[in-house]
Amino acid sequence: MNPAGFSGQMWRAWAIAKKDIRIYYIKGPVLIFGVFMPLFLFLAFLMGSRQLPLSFLISGLVGMSLFFTATAVSPAIFPWEGQAKTLERLASCPVTVEAIVFGDMIASTLFGIGITVITVIIGLVLGLTLVHGITLLAAILLAACCFSAIGMLLAVPPTNVPSNIMMLSSLIKFPLVFISGIFIPLEQMPAWGLALAFFSPLTYFTDLVRYAFTDTHYFPVLADITALAVFTLMFSVVTMFLHKRTMPKRM
Amino acid sequence: MTAVIHASDLTKIFGKSTAVDHISFDVREGEIFGFLGPNGAGKTTTTRMLTGVIPPDAGTAMILGYNIRSEPVLAKQEFGVVPETSNAYTDLTAWQNLMLMGELYGLPRARAERRSSDLLGMVGLLERKDQKVQAYSKGMKQRLILAMALIHEPGLLFLDEPTSGLDVQSTQMILSLLRDLNTQGTTIFLTTHNMEEANRLCHRVGIIRGGKMVAIDAPEKLKTAIDRVHKIEVSFDHEVSADALAGLDGVIDANRSGDKWQITAENRDAAIRSLVTFSRQNGASIVTLNTLAPSLDEAFLRLTQEVQS
Ligand SMILES: Nc1ncnc2c1ncn2[C@@H]1O[C@H](COP(=O)(O)OP(=O)(O)OP(=O)(O)O)[C@@H](O)[C@H]1O
Ligand SMILES: [Mg+2]
Repeated sequence: MNPAGFSGQMWRAWAIAKKDIRIYYIKGPVLIFGVFMPLFLFLAFLMGSRQLPLSFLISGLVGMSLFFTATAVSPAIFPWEGQAKTLERLASCPVTVEAIVFGDMIASTLFGIGITVITVIIGLVLGLTLVHGITLLAAILLAACCFSAIGMLLAVPPTNVPSNIMMLSSLIKFPLVFISGIFIPLEQMPAWGLALAFFSPLTYFTDLVRYAFTDTHYFPVLADITALAVFTLMFSVVTMFLHKRTMPKRM
Repeated sequence: MTAVIHASDLTKIFGKSTAVDHISFDVREGEIFGFLGPNGAGKTTTTRMLTGVIPPDAGTAMILGYNIRSEPVLAKQEFGVVPETSNAYTDLTAWQNLMLMGELYGLPRARAERRSSDLLGMVGLLERKDQKVQAYSKGMKQRLILAMALIHEPGLLFLDEPTSGLDVQSTQMILSLLRDLNTQGTTIFLTTHNMEEANRLCHRVGIIRGGKMVAIDAPEKLKTAIDRVHKIEVSFDHEVSADALAGLDGVIDANRSGDKWQITAENRDAAIRSLVTFSRQNGASIVTLNTLAPSLDEAFLRLTQEVQS
């Protein structure tokens, strides 16, 4: 098999994903953070309840779960590995930067899906009815890819100090949540907020989840899916291109 | 002989300083090439450019016929690297690290497992294969890194100071492994500070100073090249006169130091013959006779200082 060929690199990306899961994801604190972070945010919101229905809140919770878990660890992997010099090891192996980035994306996608499925199950246990199961599944898969690409995009600045990157990514992630129709329904947003919401992939995912649980939606379902797909493609291409350029600066 | 590594005009600039300055050299198939230089000379930077970890700012490197910039994956598939800082995944066990390497080099699982057992046995880590690398000593880590670099049986091996900071046993184990590998045909590019190591192991050495290659030759030739004149140390059981010694064929000068004579000779062979004749003719038997060959250390110091001045 040609090591530089597509399937050769795909196998290597999968090896990197397995390594990531083993080292960075299957860890007590990471799992606890993944489950509790969205839950606490959600509870905080529920306390100051503005008489929104549970189904609306759960949809938001699912949106947040996936967004926060899929972007929780991946921005720090490059800085960690740069610091530990394991990145130099990967760089001297027959694996492209694209495959390394893709491997990291696979790991965070799987992690995001796993935690989100737990959230969905919590919702179902709380008595929610799932109206469009297939749509939800498709939305979660697509959005997980999209958010993990965002996570890798946050890792682009070539610093090997993980806390810098974590700070930066929180700075970007939290505002994104507020403009994505999770706490405030899109229908109630002011025009400028709605304009911002257009640029957040989280908006379209939340809209899809809401459709899956409540059968109501703001955008047409197909538009949501298309938007997510376009964002995924765009972020993946951009993050791979940028990492290819900044990778040597980490050595 | 074909060049396994062909570097031409390799250059790396960090900010305002030029770490590697238009270096060109070849490493031939089957040889152990020593890359020597003082701290900060640019050895690691050169190694990283050759192994495709960082891109050069100018120049090209052909590794096993592949341009490391345009065909990095194909080139990397054919060589192994032991980098300057040990970098196994400390959260994984030795075995998991080796399996990961096997996957990254595209080996079938069964072959990776077979190779890993063999290699772990070779570096004496088989009993500790299921322990996390975190708990390894420096020497153990370094031996594991060597095993990881060899998982795919590469024909070319890069090592950046593989024995620095290791004890005698680990050092000897690694060096004898390298010698065996070389005997089986592996070409070795070895960066080191240790002159003794380079002297004993390398077929040729290149000396780098301030980012420039200042000499490249076989260790013995480098040693003799720096000294046009030779020193011989001799002592007799009788008093002899300095003038008589200095007048001998092939001898330039004779200086007394303690109970010995330091002879400066133009031609070592002729000087020794005349000393022997002299001893027989004067009835003064020789107690000791040493030829003081310049060490690679001296050659190294001389070569690296010349550039400085
Ligand atoms: N990433 C980097 N950024 C800036 N300068 C660097 C970088 N890497 C190396 N240098 C500089 O380049 C020069 C050569 O460094 P290099 O590490 O190649 O030396 P070396 O010969 O390997 O030294 P040593 O024997 O200490 O390992 C040094 O002056 C160093 O400060
Ligand atoms: Mg070095």
